[in-house]
This record gives sequence, structure tokens and C-alpha cells, in this order.
Amino acid sequence: MKKKLKFFGEHKQFTLFLILALAVVCVAIFAPWIAPKDPLEAVMLDSLKAPCAEYPCGTDKLGRDILSRVIFGTRTSMVMTLVLVAVIFVLGTTLGVLAGYFGGIVDEIIMRVADMMISFPGLVLAIAIAGMLGPNLTNAVIAISAVSWTKYARLSRSMVLKVKKSLYIEAAVVNGTKTGKILVRHVLPNMVTQMVVTAAADIGTMMLELASLSFLGFGATAPTPEWGLMLNEGRTYMAKAPWLMIYPGIAIVIVVIVFNMLGDSIRDVLDPRQE
Amino acid sequence: MSKKQIGRRFVQILIVLFGISFFTFALTYLSPGDPAEIMLTECGNLPTPELLEQTRHELGLDRPFLVQYGSWLKGVVTGDMGTSYSFKVPVVQKLTSSFWPTLQMSLLALVIMILLSVPMGIAAAVYQNKWPDYLVRGITFIGVSVPSFWLGLILLSIFGVQLRWVNVAGGSTDLKAMILPSVTLALAMSAKYTRQVRSAVLEELHQDYVTGARMRGITEKAILWKHVLPNVMLPLVTLLGLSLGSLLGGTAVVEIIYNWPGMGSMAVKAISCRDYPLVQGYVLWIAILYMCINLLVDLSYNFLDPRLKEAR
Repeated sequence: MKKKLKFFGEHKQFTLFLILALAVVCVAIFAPWIAPKDPLEAVMLDSLKAPCAEYPCGTDKLGRDILSRVIFGTRTSMVMTLVLVAVIFVLGTTLGVLAGYFGGIVDEIIMRVADMMISFPGLVLAIAIAGMLGPNLTNAVIAISAVSWTKYARLSRSMVLKVKKSLYIEAAVVNGTKTGKILVRHVLPNMVTQMVVTAAADIGTMMLELASLSFLGFGATAPTPEWGLMLNEGRTYMAKAPWLMIYPGIAIVIVVIVFNMLGDSIRDVLDPRQE
Repeated sequence: MSKKQIGRRFVQILIVLFGISFFTFALTYLSPGDPAEIMLTECGNLPTPELLEQTRHELGLDRPFLVQYGSWLKGVVTGDMGTSYSFKVPVVQKLTSSFWPTLQMSLLALVIMILLSVPMGIAAAVYQNKWPDYLVRGITFIGVSVPSFWLGLILLSIFGVQLRWVNVAGGSTDLKAMILPSVTLALAMSAKYTRQVRSAVLEELHQDYVTGARMRGITEKAILWKHVLPNVMLPLVTLLGLSLGSLLGGTAVVEIIYNWPGMGSMAVKAISCRDYPLVQGYVLWIAILYMCINLLVDLSYNFLDPRLKEAR
């Protein structure tokens, strides 16, 4: 226990941003208790009200409380971003490990597809995929995953190639260890740190990409409280109701900064060589 | 790059274009929604089953997938990408007319980005761990966390709504209307590029020859301008080529905000109303552009790196 406390004392930046990130996660989990009002409840009489005592952040055109919608938006963004990062992480790493370990035709096919994806601007393709599949959050996650797994595949492949050459892998092969066990017991533990560092640093970026798709209308759909979508809805009332675009925007910036900083400090803690 | 390498790159580009176009075509084929029905509903008539069948036949939608793809590909090779469902004009015409506004805006954004990023990145590297470095690092840190669409909305509400310097409705393509979208795009991209410039210059500053030059008593100024900066050009151009990808993606968001009549906003509209030929044309066109730019970047090494010239 004391050792653990010392660890947090030595990595003050990491500790600070870990606490902030946990706070964001708590807001997402306890949204129904924190939010003062129902984010979906429309009170037409209070349409487009400026921030006041009853509505600290104002209301939108349907009279829904912006503060509650921003709080519930944390939930939407966090859940979807974590799912997205997990999908890319698992998909990319699996394909990369398969390509690196087995080589040959498997490697050839996986890496050529990855090359194709990389030689093309990702967001453009993601917009096309999300739009064609039909606008909803699941499809937005599918679209971004389809264009973002390549980074993880390349990284894990290169690390597997390095690990594969080491003597203990050869020893395991000679001893007749099953391939699956070699991969899980000997290959994966050697690369998981680097992969986690990459994934942690990607949370902020992925959150922004999801929000951009929602902003363009290819992500979250109408009543869902989602920051990108809220900004898009608020766009029309820019002159009349600026609070519609101020608060969701601030929420995105704060949460992305917290997760970017957390990603950076995780890298510093786990992999001090880089800086 | 030698001639042989250029030839190989062209083959590679063709393969990627083939793959990307096949992928988008498959996507439009598999996606829910019937283009014939959408097209007819948009025209205002209630589609009868006979009319639907006839339109599908006219559009060639009742043919097998590979036949459709084959005939589309044959058209593309001869410069015919089909006719847009929603605009009722040839896709090629629509693409070329919306290409120029986007190109102008992107070029201006690129110039602004270079003017911002390169000096800031160099200053941060030269004064590493002093106040200019902390300042630049702080700015870029916030920069990568601010979504471009929010930045755009904020700029538009300040300069459009409050100060009334520009027309909020947009639609025109003159220089004055171009400034805000370009600045938004440039700011959104420059944070990342500034960081890359900083680390590239830092890496160069830690080379042995810099230490050697310092020991020989060459002034810091001369080291920076005559030795470090020429050497750092190469990675900077490479990174610039890579950031063009995010520029092409970013135009869609910015064009929507400022109602800029370019390719990005056209693509978003085309996707929303399932205008398949236009979407296919757009994706193919962006792919061609992006890969040609990267080829040009690689070719520019021949001029930037004298070692390659001698090797040839």
C-alpha cells in the first residue's frame, strides 16, 4: 500500500490527470443523479432561454436544459469513445500479430489492405462509410474503426517481428509449445505496454473524430444528447442563442485535454525513454 | 527517386485506386436505401412499383454487382463518372466546379499554417525548456484538443455575428469570404505540425555536427540558418505531405460551417441524399489527389537532397 502511494507521489502529473479523468468518468456514470433535469424533456414555454437561475446554461429550441444535456453528453461520448478505442485496439493488434507471426500470405493480405487504408485520408473515408451505412453512433464507430485499425496493426506487427527473433521464442517452439500459447504467454506480454500507451494517447483524438462525425450529421441522431450534434443544432441560433454552442464546446475541449494529458503522462510513466 | 521507382509507385497508385473504388462501390451497393426510390421521391412524384422498376433499369441498378462496377470503371477510364442523382449533371462537371473553391481555400490555409507553424516550431526548439518553448507547447496542446468545428463556430460568431466583418450566410467565394475558413483550417492543423517542426529541429540540433560547429566557435545564428535549417527541410516537407490528408478531410467540416461551395460540403450533401455516383466520384478524386501530392513530395526530395542528385 505504501509502495503504491509512493508511486503516485513520484508521478504527480499522472496522478492529477488520472483523478480528473476518473472525475469525468464519474460524471458519465452518475449523470442521472448529477443532472438537474431530464435531458430529453422538452418544455416549449422555456424555448431558447438565456442562462438564468433555473437553467444555468440556458435551454435549446425545444426548451431542454443545456446543462443536463452536456452532462448526459459525457456519457454518450465516453461510452462510444471507449468502445471505439477498444475495437481498434483489439482488431488492429490481432491482425498485426497474425501478420507478424505467421508472415507469408496472411501478412501480405493484411498489410496490403493496411497500406491501402493509409494511402488515403482517413476522415474522408470515414464520412463516406458512416453516411452510406446510415447515420447513427454505432455506424460512426464502425466507420472510424475501419480506417483507424491500421496504425495498431503496423505497430504490433513490427513489435512481433522483433520479439519473434528472440531466443526464448525459439526455445518455446523447440519445446513444442502450442502456437496459441506462445502468442498469448510470450509474444503479447512483451508488446502490451507499448500498445496501451498508444491507445491511451488516442482517446482524445478518437473523441474528436466521433464528435466531428456527429457534427456533420453522420453520428448521433436527433434526441441523443451528444456534444457534436448539440453544436450542429445550435449553429442555426448562433446570433440569438450563443450559449447553445458555448457549453458543449467547452465540455469537449476540457474532456479532450484531460485525456490527452493523461495519455501523455501514461507514456512518461511507462516508457520514460521517449522524451 | 529513379525512373524505375516512379514507375513502381504508379503501379502501386493504380492498385490502391482500384481497391478504394471497389470498396466504395461495394459500400454503396450494400448500403440500405434504394437510390431509385430516393430519387423519385425527391422529384415529388409518388413512386409506383412500375416506375421504380423502370428507373432502376435506367440507372442499371438491376444488373449484377460486378457488371455495374465494370461498366462504372469503364466509364471512369474514359472520363465519364456517370450522372449525379440529385444535381442531374455529370459527376465530372460537378467535381471540377467545386474543386477550385476548395483548392483556393486549402492553399491559403496551407500558407497560413506554414507561416504559423514553422517559426513557432523553430523558436520552441531553439529555446528548449525556456519560456518560448513553454508558450508554444501550451498553445499547441490546447490546439490539438480544440475541435475544428467548434473553433469555426466561435470565429464565425465573433467575426460574423458580433463584428459583422463577414457574411454569416456565406456562399460567395471572394478573398474576404475565404479568410475565415482558411484561418480555421490552418489553426486546426497547425498545432500538430508545430509539434512536428519542433521535434524535427530538436533532433537536428542534437546531431554531432552541431556540437562540432559550436566547438569551432561558429555563432549559434550561423549554425541555425546555414546548417540546421537546410537539413531540416527534408523531414518538414515529408510531414507537410502527410498533413495534407487531414487537410482534405478537414475541408468537409469547415466548408459546412462557412457554407463554402467546395468539394467537402458537396460531398456531405451527396452522402446525406445517397447520391452514389457523386460519392464514388468524390472518393476516387480525393484518392487520386492525395496520392499525386505524396508522389510530388517524394519527387521533391530530388531537389531538396543533393545526395540523391549525386547518386543518380
